[in-house]
Parts: sequence; structure tokens; C-alpha cells
Amino acid sequence: MSIRVVVPGQLYSYTGGQSQLAAEGATLGEVLADLDRRYPGLRFRVVDEHGAIRPHVRFFVNREPALALSCPLAAGDELVVVGALSGG
Amino acid sequence: MEESVLLIGTRKGAFLLHTDAARREWRLTGPHFLGSAVHHMVLDPRDRRTLLLGTRPGHLGPTVFRSTDLGAHWQEATKPPAFAPSDDPKAPSVDVVFWLAPGHAAEPGVWYAGTVPPGLFRSEDGGDTWQEVRGFNHELLPNLREVIGPIPGGPPLHSICIDPRDARHLYVSLSSGGTFETTDAGANWRALNRGVAADFLPDPDADVGHDPHRVALHPLAPDRLYQQNHCGIYRLDRPGDRWRRIGRAMPTEVGDIGFPIVLHPRDPDTLWVFPMDGTENWPRTSPGGKPAAYRSRDGGESWERQDNGLPRGHAWWTVKRQAFCADAGTPLGLYFGTTGGQLWGSHDEGETWLCLAEHLPEIFSVEAATVAP
Repeated sequence: MSIRVVVPGQLYSYTGGQSQLAAEGATLGEVLADLDRRYPGLRFRVVDEHGAIRPHVRFFVNREPALALSCPLAAGDELVVVGALSGG
Repeated sequence: MEESVLLIGTRKGAFLLHTDAARREWRLTGPHFLGSAVHHMVLDPRDRRTLLLGTRPGHLGPTVFRSTDLGAHWQEATKPPAFAPSDDPKAPSVDVVFWLAPGHAAEPGVWYAGTVPPGLFRSEDGGDTWQEVRGFNHELLPNLREVIGPIPGGPPLHSICIDPRDARHLYVSLSSGGTFETTDAGANWRALNRGVAADFLPDPDADVGHDPHRVALHPLAPDRLYQQNHCGIYRLDRPGDRWRRIGRAMPTEVGDIGFPIVLHPRDPDTLWVFPMDGTENWPRTSPGGKPAAYRSRDGGESWERQDNGLPRGHAWWTVKRQAFCADAGTPLGLYFGTTGGQLWGSHDEGETWLCLAEHLPEIFSVEAATVAP
């Protein structure tokens, strides 16, 4: 059983327009690596070169904030990626 | 018939303005990457086919896209410019791919990129994968941060100029840093800021910390460099290393502050600037709301105002450092984009100006190119 991932519109160009994906991994970092294998370039859009979550991106696991790539995930969890709304 | 195109980067995407050799009819296409900031879009002059674009989509990470069919299809760089991973919490992270420069004519496939915060990157495969220029990013930049402190807001690395006689000889500039030169392909760098004012620094003779807005090297006279700085307009004739403030000859009421500087590709003594208001709290708008280009035909000894066709007043826009360029036509064509989303052109070397497009998003960059048939 895999992890259900919901991505924002900003990432649809990578996912072929899909908003809901399935991914594997025991941590947020592993899930993003799995997604990047299938959707090349996606990870660098949400995480910088040092592994830090980009300032306007938020991750939620089962509706709780996930603040680091080490955040654990388990089969059946829901990961929501949010592109924060700001600017103009 | 050869197709010419203006490559327009804006705060909300990229546009192309197409024309033919006569430059009478213009056709706007796009937007590409609507909603994403596009800071620079450049056609490779070596094959006149490969188009590179630096973009930062919304709040997501920066990247580079490539196209070989004028934007009908885009391919993202496999490895965009990025600093080496580090555990240091102060390590810089690329925020914007600000500047793209094709490499030397003898090095097909080589490109350079300048970023915000400042970093210099090189690609050897046509922009698909990028590596750090370590001598700049890991030797020069840390020392520079020690001298001038943290660089606020992340100013850009820009004006990557390559000596057409020697691929290993480069000049680069960074705002809140200055102009630097390498003669060994980026391993070692020396500051090149003597004679340049830095009114915002306590030491008027500081080696570094200056604020070049745009530096240009003349392709036919590569020992001649011009600079539009935060503190004036300058000229440097190598092997000399002291810039001379040619902006002193500008009208006092206009001043010599601005962002862009454009060189006539066939005449090293002819250049253009586009002044902005740098008084008091730095509005950075056209002085008095009356925009004008200024041309010098004697290497900066004298300047003439060129505003025929431009608004006569209440035009409070700015022309950014990458948003003024020349084509290769005869007579020379000049083009600039404004923060108000207008694209202006002249086909008589600035004597008269026409609005070629309007209602675009804020324009960051304009490049003129001729596409391979």
C-alpha cells in the first residue's frame, strides 16, 4: 500500500495534469525522490539544493505540517503539497 | 527570408515578437510559461537555433528551459544551476537564474549562467546540465561576503562578457560586489573597480562592493568596456584598469544613473544609455516622467537626447538592465521594454521611436536575434 500524494497546480506541468499521485517511501525525502524519478525536475521545484523546503512550499502529512525531509511516512498516509498563496 | 525575433522576458512569462528583414510588420506570440517570471531568454548566436530561458515559476524553484523550435516545444534542464549541497545553514541557494550567456564561438555548447543570490555556473552541453564555476563561487564569493558583509536581498550576477580573442578571459559583474576578471577560465579572479564611485561605501577607494548595473564589452574592440553603474556611466580601455566616468558629460538635470547600456555592434564609439531618476530616495523612474535614450557617438565625450516618439510626460516607467538591446540591422535597430509592459523600437539608431507592443507584463529583458533559416 503506497502513499497518496496531492500536488498543487504549480506542479501539473510535471505530473501531466494529475493532482493525485501514488508514491513510495518511508520519509518525506524518500517520497520526493520517488516522485522525481517518475516526474523529473519536480523535487528541485519544492526543495532546494541543500535539502531545505522552499520558502513558499508547505507539506502536510495526514493534515499535520511536515517541516523536514526526515518526516516519517507510512503506507496509507496522505501527503499534501501546498504552494503557498502570496504575491501578485 | 530570414526571420528576426525579439525575445521578451517578463514578470509573468515569455513572449516573442517576430519580424522579417524589413522590420515593418511585427507579430507577437506567446505567452510561454504564463505566470512564471522569465528573467532572460537568449538565442545561441552560434547555431541561431537553440533558445535558453531562465525562469522561476511562482514560488517554486528556479530552472532553465531549452527549445530548438522557437518555443513550440520546451525541454527542462536535467540539472539546473544549483550550488553544491551543504549542511551550512548559511549556504546560498539559487533563487533566480538571472543571466544567460552563450560561451565563446570556439566552444559550441558552452553556456554561462549568473544567478541570484550571486553565483556563476557553466554548462558544456547546451544548457542541459550545469556546474558551478568553483573559483568564483567557492573562492571569490566567500571572501567578498567577508569584506562587504551579507548581500541584502540577493543581488544578481550579470554581464557575463567573454573576450572574443580568448575563451579563458571573462568579465562578470555583480550588484553590491563589483566587476571581476579571470584569464584562466574562472579559476582565479581579480577585482576591476578602480575609478568607479561607490557613494554608499565608507571607503571611496574600496576594491570591491561597487554596484555595476550593466557592463558591456565591444565585440570588435574587446579592450573597450562600458559600464552603467549605480553611481554613473564609465568607460575602461584595457590594459588600463581605471574606469573613467564618461557620464560627467550628461546633462546635470538628467544625471548619469540608469540600468542598461547598449553598444553599437559596428562602432565602438557609439553607445546608448537610458537614464533614470537616482536622486534622493531613488525613484528609478524616467527623470521627470519624461523618458529618453541618450546616445554618444564619441565614446562618451558627449551625449545627445533621443526622445522623438516617446511620451512627452507622465511616463513613470523604468527600463531594466536587460531590457535594452540592439539588433544587427542596417541602420541599427534598437529596442527596449518598460516596467509598464511596452516594447519600443527604433530603426534609425534612436532618432525616432515606435511602440511595437503594449499591455505586456513588466518587462525584465529584451534580446534581438536572427533565426537560422
